[in-house]
Amino acid sequence: MKHWKNALATILLFTGIGLAQAADPIKIGSFLTVTGPASFLGDPELKTLQMYVEELNAKGGVKGRKLELIHYDTGGNAKDAVNFVKRLIKNDNVDLLVGGTTTGDTMAVIPDVEKEGIPFISLAGAVEIIEPVKKWVFKTPHTDRMAVARIFGDLRKRGLTKVALITGDGGFDKSGHAQILKLAPEYGITLVADESYGNKDTDMTTQLTKIRAAGAEAIINFGLGQAPAIVTKNIKQLGINLPLYQSHGVASKSFIDLAGDAAEGVRLPAAALVVAEQLPDADPQKPILLAYKNKYEAKHGPVSTFGGHAYDGLMIAVAAIERAGGTDRAKIRDQIENTKGFIGTAGVFNMTPQDHMGLTLDAFKLVEIRNGDWKIVD
Amino acid sequence: MMRLAGLYALAAAVVVLPILWPDNYFVIVVGASAGLHVILAVGLNLLMGYAGQISLGHAAFFGLGAYTSAILSTRFGWPSLAALVASLLAVGVLAWLFARPILRLRGHYLAMATLGFGIIVHVVLVQATQWTGGPDGLSGIPPLNLLGWPVDGDLQWYGVIMAAMLLVLWLSLNLVDSQVGRALRAVHGSEFAAQMMGVDTGRAKTQVFVVSALFAAFAGSLFAHQQAFVSPDSFNLIVSVELVTMVVLGGMASTFGAACGAIALTFLQQGLVVFEDYEMLIHGALLMAVMIFLPQGLFVGLHQAAGRWWRASSRRL
Amino acid sequence: MPEQLFQFLVTGITVGSLYALVGLGFALIYNASDVVNFAQGEFVMLGAMAAIALLSAGLPLPLAAVVATLATVAVGLLLERFAIEPAAGASVVATIIITIGAAIFLRGVALLLWGKDFHSLPPFSGDAPIRLGGATVLPQSLWVLGATVLLVIVVRTFFNRTLLGKALLACAFNRTAAQAVGINVKVMLRLAYGLSAGLGALAGILIAPITFSSYEAGVMLGLKGFSAAIVGGIGNPMGAVAGGLLLGVLEVLGAGLVSSGYKDAIAFVFVLMVLFFEPTGLFGHKVAERV
Repeated sequence: MKHWKNALATILLFTGIGLAQAADPIKIGSFLTVTGPASFLGDPELKTLQMYVEELNAKGGVKGRKLELIHYDTGGNAKDAVNFVKRLIKNDNVDLLVGGTTTGDTMAVIPDVEKEGIPFISLAGAVEIIEPVKKWVFKTPHTDRMAVARIFGDLRKRGLTKVALITGDGGFDKSGHAQILKLAPEYGITLVADESYGNKDTDMTTQLTKIRAAGAEAIINFGLGQAPAIVTKNIKQLGINLPLYQSHGVASKSFIDLAGDAAEGVRLPAAALVVAEQLPDADPQKPILLAYKNKYEAKHGPVSTFGGHAYDGLMIAVAAIERAGGTDRAKIRDQIENTKGFIGTAGVFNMTPQDHMGLTLDAFKLVEIRNGDWKIVD
Repeated sequence: MMRLAGLYALAAAVVVLPILWPDNYFVIVVGASAGLHVILAVGLNLLMGYAGQISLGHAAFFGLGAYTSAILSTRFGWPSLAALVASLLAVGVLAWLFARPILRLRGHYLAMATLGFGIIVHVVLVQATQWTGGPDGLSGIPPLNLLGWPVDGDLQWYGVIMAAMLLVLWLSLNLVDSQVGRALRAVHGSEFAAQMMGVDTGRAKTQVFVVSALFAAFAGSLFAHQQAFVSPDSFNLIVSVELVTMVVLGGMASTFGAACGAIALTFLQQGLVVFEDYEMLIHGALLMAVMIFLPQGLFVGLHQAAGRWWRASSRRL
Repeated sequence: MPEQLFQFLVTGITVGSLYALVGLGFALIYNASDVVNFAQGEFVMLGAMAAIALLSAGLPLPLAAVVATLATVAVGLLLERFAIEPAAGASVVATIIITIGAAIFLRGVALLLWGKDFHSLPPFSGDAPIRLGGATVLPQSLWVLGATVLLVIVVRTFFNRTLLGKALLACAFNRTAAQAVGINVKVMLRLAYGLSAGLGALAGILIAPITFSSYEAGVMLGLKGFSAAIVGGIGNPMGAVAGGLLLGVLEVLGAGLVSSGYKDAIAFVFVLMVLFFEPTGLFGHKVAERV
């Protein structure tokens, strides 16, 4: 007679546990450089993550569970990145990490991520994040090596081989610099000048004066922030008429605003996001890009490719959680590694156990600035 | 006597806290961070509070210690303890060489010279990419190996850093009470008068400069192995200014004051992150408020407040 | 090569006059109170950012500049009234920490008001570069240079010729004596902060078309201005200007002739050497210490 009571109690107990689990949010941890020297990278990243977590929750969440975004601002300080990742893991009990705006922040936390065994999708650029491959670390932006390859490819096409280089003192600048030196022989490029500035500097005419005397056929400026805009203006000011290549670090409208008409004719590799309208309608990326662009610009102003990387990271993570059927960390990791044919803002992602980024070189478009806007060149 | 009591109390707290709250981020991780800051601040306090010399470049010694340990143990494969000793030696020698010319300067000029030194070191750390890994720093630093025991994991590091912190506090307290310490205080009071009384002020100032640099290098080496990673932005001007703030906030010319300031600021920074974009504003406002209302520093201020409360409550009895 | 050198010198003086202008502000407050105001760089930033904001709100540039300057002066006065004055008895070091706190506070306010982007002002008279010999210089740089010269003359006249200026100097020399002769020291200090803020704001507005401004722009400029003031001899406005120009030229020559990567280090090595030979700066007063 008592058996049915026990059965009922057991059924209620398990239902209760099941309901409680369903109410358990999926916690996504994020550490970004929202303030500090890389803030215009981290700021759109945070806004994007917040925007889409909100949208996904409005649609009912993922697998019936709401998403919760817990984020900290590292200010570009790698030491803080390490502490915040520990905080996210130990204190906030997150299920996975999407963040690490800068390479410095990302590299600093990798030991803890690997030891702890938590999936981490990085939003930083350097190729050494995924090369050599680390079990738990993935990334969504194109690598600096890809950017350099794109620039060199275009230079070779135009028959320009003598190049002057000018870079800043940030991590992005220096790793781009390293890739340029490494890849130059492969593309038959000779570096006739190698100048450097501080990212907070206000005048680069000195370095450019030296470059002018070096007999270059083109100038590459690999950097981000306000400095590339100053370099671009200084080049015009000094009357140097050489083709100028920038990096994807300036693939945002604010560069064109700051550099003014000195930006005319500048070429750079950029994610398709900045030229979404110019893509053929048949391009599978186009609808995703336009959706993201319109949604972001409605709320926050001009879109940024760095925000796009955050979108990619979040959506890949969400898709992986769906396929994994839950928040088991190992299963999520496996499913992230299994990302195939995922259409993001940076391109189409196909990850493998050896390739934890999944983008090919043609995911980067080569654009030129004409009439204050981007035009696809390649 | 009172001083040692304070040290024992702190040691007790250090042991009890992780027992009360095991595996707690704030106790273990932030606590370890605070411990390193205490070592740095106490060293700086010897220079600023007792010898009266301002340094806006203290982070440079922190960084030099960290990078020396890092480079020796990664690029040259030295065992970590040997690298630690080497970095102490290297920084000590550098500080000694630098001390003589710099300590002829006074006040703001001294501050400028130390600031300049800090910037020069920072630029070298960023630019000498072959050695230092540039702005993205050096990763893959092997763990600290204390005679066969590799220090691994947050709790173990908490233990090591806390032990180091207590050691440094004890050294500092003893130094202040020693002959060198008294010479320093004489210098702080009036250098000219001290010289008249036969104190070798140049030597005393150099000694304290080197000691404070050694403390910083010690903290740096520990830091490098704890993080397994070093990058230049942990050792820039902002950090130097933060260290000065810790010393003044806690109360200059007081070892426990400096420790107090270091702990307070470390936890404050962790606590303020929840305010996101408002963090900077609140941080600045708090700093101003504390210095306006407790110009002698937190430690002295709290001490006095506690004293008043004690007297008030004993009167009521 | 000599052509290059000429461009380097022109650039060095241009960059140096930026530092000189900021250094003047440091010298002013130091003259009145023995305190180095670490929020000076933030005054520069506030002037620029406020002008940019007013401009985009529709005000014509000259009016935006004036309003922005006045607003920054108000901030300087408020800072003195609510942060410095309440701590009147505190040590110099404690007061410096208060100014550091103020700097962080002002940066936080700018972050909230104007976000994290970079902004710029349109140049006052266009940006067609002017050719001087083999070098080019921007018209805006000439504005900066001209303004620096003008402001130095004004500040010097103020301190040497006007009663108010002399009263301000008296406060720094000996506060008690100044009070004894009837100078209202409190008002003098407030005046110094207001003037410094105004000077800083003007510098920011002049500089913004060349460099760009953001909530963090004050940090680097403050550092360079402080260095300029110290190298020139703290408390001497002419010294601050000389220090600024020297620093600018050293930086540029270091970048141009030696290594652009290490230019800041080279400039500061020279600063250290200057201090080694002239422990009170190039034009500073020799300090006499009372035993």
